[in-house]
Amino acid sequence: MSEPDSVCRPQGAFSFRRVLAVMLRHLYVLRRSWPRLLELAYWPLIQMVLWGFVTKFFLGHSSWVAEAAGVLISAVLLWDVLFRANLGVSLPFIEEMWSRNLAQMFVSPLRDAELITALISMSLIRTLISVTPAAFLALPFFDVWVFELGVPLVAFFTNLLVFGAVIGITVAALILRFGLGAESLCWLGIFLLAPVSAIYYPVDALPEWLQMIALSLPGAHVFEGMRGVLFDGVFSWNHFFWAAGLNVALLSLATLFFLHMMKMARIKGLLMQQGE
Amino acid sequence: MNLPMSEPVIEVTDLYKSFDGVHAVNGVSFRVDAGQTVALLGGNGAGKTTTISMLLGLLSPSAGEVRVLGARMPAERHKVLGCMNFSSPYVDLPKRLKVWENLTVYAHLYGVRDVKGRINELSDDLELADFIKRPFGDLSAGQKTRVALAKSLLNAPKLMLMDEPTASLDPDTGDWVRGYLERYRARTGASILLASHNMGEVERLADHVLMMRGGKIVDQGAPRDLITRHGRETLEQVFLDIARAGDT
Repeated sequence: MSEPDSVCRPQGAFSFRRVLAVMLRHLYVLRRSWPRLLELAYWPLIQMVLWGFVTKFFLGHSSWVAEAAGVLISAVLLWDVLFRANLGVSLPFIEEMWSRNLAQMFVSPLRDAELITALISMSLIRTLISVTPAAFLALPFFDVWVFELGVPLVAFFTNLLVFGAVIGITVAALILRFGLGAESLCWLGIFLLAPVSAIYYPVDALPEWLQMIALSLPGAHVFEGMRGVLFDGVFSWNHFFWAAGLNVALLSLATLFFLHMMKMARIKGLLMQQGE
Repeated sequence: MNLPMSEPVIEVTDLYKSFDGVHAVNGVSFRVDAGQTVALLGGNGAGKTTTISMLLGLLSPSAGEVRVLGARMPAERHKVLGCMNFSSPYVDLPKRLKVWENLTVYAHLYGVRDVKGRINELSDDLELADFIKRPFGDLSAGQKTRVALAKSLLNAPKLMLMDEPTASLDPDTGDWVRGYLERYRARTGASILLASHNMGEVERLADHVLMMRGGKIVDQGAPRDLITRHGRETLEQVFLDIARAGDT
């Protein structure tokens, strides 16, 4: 067998081959990571759908916002509660994987249920830190006092916090199963729900088939409830009970899913294998 | 958890673990008694880490039984996880947390009563004072190993599982760690299960060696007995005999 030519020769100042080598490093990751591939097409699609529905609704209801000052800002702030509550659960979990600390935690006496409780509690703290300054600053900037929603705001906040945690727990379970290649699910999951959460428009602005989906999720009930308070000054107990009931059911399912994924991780040996 | 004197600290019976049809651990049985240091010795892929993972309850066996301090693993792990601890270069601690913060978190996870007192005690014992206020990620490999050791001693464990505790350490630090483990065992009577491919370490620390290859225990005994039985002068030569027998 002859030896290959030596590569010990002067190298060019700029090499497309080396450029390709670096590209290859990322392409190798990309081609075997379906969440990363999905993410590329995902954001433009979600933005298009969300703002398409917003545009369609406002074309027929141009005076809608004027009827209740602050409806859009309140919606944005409450949406951020849901978004932050989700990240508040999923990001700390990913941080444990990034720091290769998960196995250490699971060989301590820590129980799965304790981990979930800690993550949800952290989510509450992170969410409060995130949205409180914006809620106060809405007054000097836009003359909108979101606390005008009164006691119902507590109900909306709590329901969105729990729903965000449901999404976060589900995402954490998926990341445990599929590894850090799936970490973008933290953002993908929550934004998938944005168009059907009826944040900026009522549920009936959606096509009929999507209305069914929207009303099967707690988020849409919260935002419908918010509009009820802002437009009519009425707190809808119906939407509240739907949101709370759905949250209880979904939180139970998400917890069971997480526990199942933990069991799978113990069978497949995923708790020791962390990293990219 | 107190075991009767005759009860083994670890009892592994006919243990199997396979991944996609490949046997990582293939019918392993052994026991570790109170106060004993047992070493799992074998090359890469011999099944040492997989065995330790099952002892820790991180991995479910495909077949067979693992009992640690009398509890079946992983089903009854919560009965005993507070009495054991673990150290490995393949896991880490949060890098942005300072050393004392990391130790505080784990002291609470293990239910240590006097958190501050215990950390101070370990800091003195393991000479952490110079860097205890620095982020874990800023430490050298030797310093990180000492912190990992401190973490694994927080609950004064009856059983320590150590996966290559001196891998990637310079000889001086490696020697220091081995010396510390010897003193700790002599002082507390704890049992240690050590996975290593460092022959000097195994010869120095272990009362009993389990030689692993291809997921099986192919030989076992006291280091000196193994050397005599194989007609060799060092454990490394025994290891090479066994490893190369698998290649032919």
